[in-house]
Amino acid sequence: MQAFTVHRGIAAPLDRANVDTDAIIPKQYLKSIKRTGFGPNAFDDWRYLDPGEPDADNSGRRPNPDFVLNQPPFDRATILLARKNFGCGSSREHAVWALDDFGFRAVIAPSFADIFFNNSFKNGLLPVVLKENEVDELFRRVRAEPGLEIEVDLQSQQVRVPGGPVFRFEVDSDRRRRLLEGLDDIALTLQHADKIRAYEALRQQEAPWLMSG
Amino acid sequence: MSGQTLYDKLWQEHIVHEEPDGTTLLYIDRHLVHEVTSPQAFEGLRLAGRKPWRAASVLAVPDHNVPTANRDSGIADPVSRTQVETLEHNVAEYGLNFFPMRDLRQGIVHVIGPEQGATLPGTTVVCGDSHTSTHGALGALAFGIGTSEVEHVLATQCLWQKKSKSMLVRVEGELGPGVTAKDVVLAIIGEIGTAGGTGFAIEFGGSAIRSLSIEGRMTICNMAIEAGARAGMVAVDEKTIEYVRGRPQAPAGERFDQAAAAWRELVSDPDARFDRIVELDASAIEPQVSWGTSPEMVVPVSGKVPDPAQEQDPVRAEGMRRALAYMGLEPGTPITAIRPDKVFIGSCTNSRIEDLRAAAAVVRGRRKADNIKLAMVVPGSGLVKQQAEAEGLDRVFLDAGFEWREPGCSMCLAMNADRLEPGERCASTSNRNFEGRQGQGGRTHLVSPALAAAAAVAGHFVEPAQLEG
Ligand code: SF4
Repeated sequence: MQAFTVHRGIAAPLDRANVDTDAIIPKQYLKSIKRTGFGPNAFDDWRYLDPGEPDADNSGRRPNPDFVLNQPPFDRATILLARKNFGCGSSREHAVWALDDFGFRAVIAPSFADIFFNNSFKNGLLPVVLKENEVDELFRRVRAEPGLEIEVDLQSQQVRVPGGPVFRFEVDSDRRRRLLEGLDDIALTLQHADKIRAYEALRQQEAPWLMSG
Repeated sequence: MSGQTLYDKLWQEHIVHEEPDGTTLLYIDRHLVHEVTSPQAFEGLRLAGRKPWRAASVLAVPDHNVPTANRDSGIADPVSRTQVETLEHNVAEYGLNFFPMRDLRQGIVHVIGPEQGATLPGTTVVCGDSHTSTHGALGALAFGIGTSEVEHVLATQCLWQKKSKSMLVRVEGELGPGVTAKDVVLAIIGEIGTAGGTGFAIEFGGSAIRSLSIEGRMTICNMAIEAGARAGMVAVDEKTIEYVRGRPQAPAGERFDQAAAAWRELVSDPDARFDRIVELDASAIEPQVSWGTSPEMVVPVSGKVPDPAQEQDPVRAEGMRRALAYMGLEPGTPITAIRPDKVFIGSCTNSRIEDLRAAAAVVRGRRKADNIKLAMVVPGSGLVKQQAEAEGLDRVFLDAGFEWREPGCSMCLAMNADRLEPGERCASTSNRNFEGRQGQGGRTHLVSPALAAAAAVAGHFVEPAQLEG
């Protein structure tokens, strides 16, 4: 997995609450059996005026000029700023893959939906929870100075805006460590293989109906 | 010390290892797999040279992409076909339990798990699908996971988890006539909001929940995710045990009795403490209709489309305005004046036999209104379809001008050929009314099967009891 320590980049203001994973990557693109290539279709319904199809070339499509990620310099953004309950809806990890493929390294919002939050960590995309008023402040700053580069620092758990302010964020220690080091989850778990086997042996005795199917 | 919640008990039972910060390696009993969220997981497994830890724990089925008509000619869309074929190759390579598209037992993954007895009380159940919460209706700890976690469960039979907070949603009293499980869960989401359950595992309790069938409880738990909760669950009672008895993958004979004795313990202790308790009065719940693009945007069918000008919170008001523009609705419009173009009865929320019976009871002897371009019924599984046909429900629908289809997700998310055209309005028994969910530009109103059926007959939303003739 891609490690995350510090990232500095342009933050794009996506001023919506409840941005769902259907919006982040519409279902027709979920038919892919790959992990990559979703970037051009991230936010597809909002980003283009004409409908898209999987595996089609997007270069001839009509971009929606009103959508923030089509407006320079936000088309080069690597940090996404959003409102509460970001990533709600389906469990599709394709949503994270699409944001990653677009070039995002971090998403900042007052709250995230649970599964999206988890999926992000597995792919080195850092979801940062800040307080509502702090997110408000970031929206104000980014709108006042488009192209403003923000720094997201997982090491020190800070979001820094040039010339202030600095916001601290919380992150689970175990997740932080895995992300900082870019560790392979499965390899780590398999270090506990003996414990898993011991657990199974116990279950076989106590609840044999579970181990048969 | 206070007692344990059902969630505490399920969690406790599945701990393999715990880190000092509480991060827990949790054992997974059942892993349900479908074609959309699994290809990259199998690919990862293959690239790392790993094998499934316990192949017998997996049940795989194609559901999202499968056509609901003309199955004999296969899947027309080549991209969909590749995805389903990829699943077929993967299950063959690793020797996993699989119901192919033409198997009578094929259906929506969340319908067939309980139907087959693959989901049992006291189990942990995961699937690369957010509506895995459905299975909690049987007193299981069930939640959706992403593809990386699908790979992780395949490889290790475990997941790293942090325990959620616990919430009890208690619905006491008697439900009014014509008020169904779907109305209860929509009312709950309307009350706590789509992020109200974030960070919580929700137990649904109270006399109104206990009075529901297991199918009804599945409808409620199915939409726990729409309230932001990862898991929803209902305590085990005799209905649960009777539901499980005799299912193909359930224990039998003496082993069943042994299991049932253990399952009866799967209730929250009387003195258990919850982090949050939400109470609803069952008798105050009316049949619900969603008006916007988030499941919390619901009102009773007797109500009106709300006015953003009355909303204090500016972010919310803006969200309402955007939703109204997308839905093509004016504030103050009576819900009964809204006229759908299509009606969809199906999805893992409402495609079980009880749902089809409820819809058929409304439709029987009537006809679909002329403004309804398409009314389709998509059973949740081949076995549900067979049962419905044995009861003659297919005739009821066909005689009324409805279409009777093959099982799958269908127009719940429109990954197959079933979809709305831009601007079309749909009365749908599914669970998500997000923009574009049922087709780009499509407008979804979430309702119960009875209300969907009534809308098909009347041509507008209406309480079934008020239908003429
Ligand atoms: S029916 Fe709809 S919600 Fe349920 S699994 Fe299928 S697509 Fe998901």
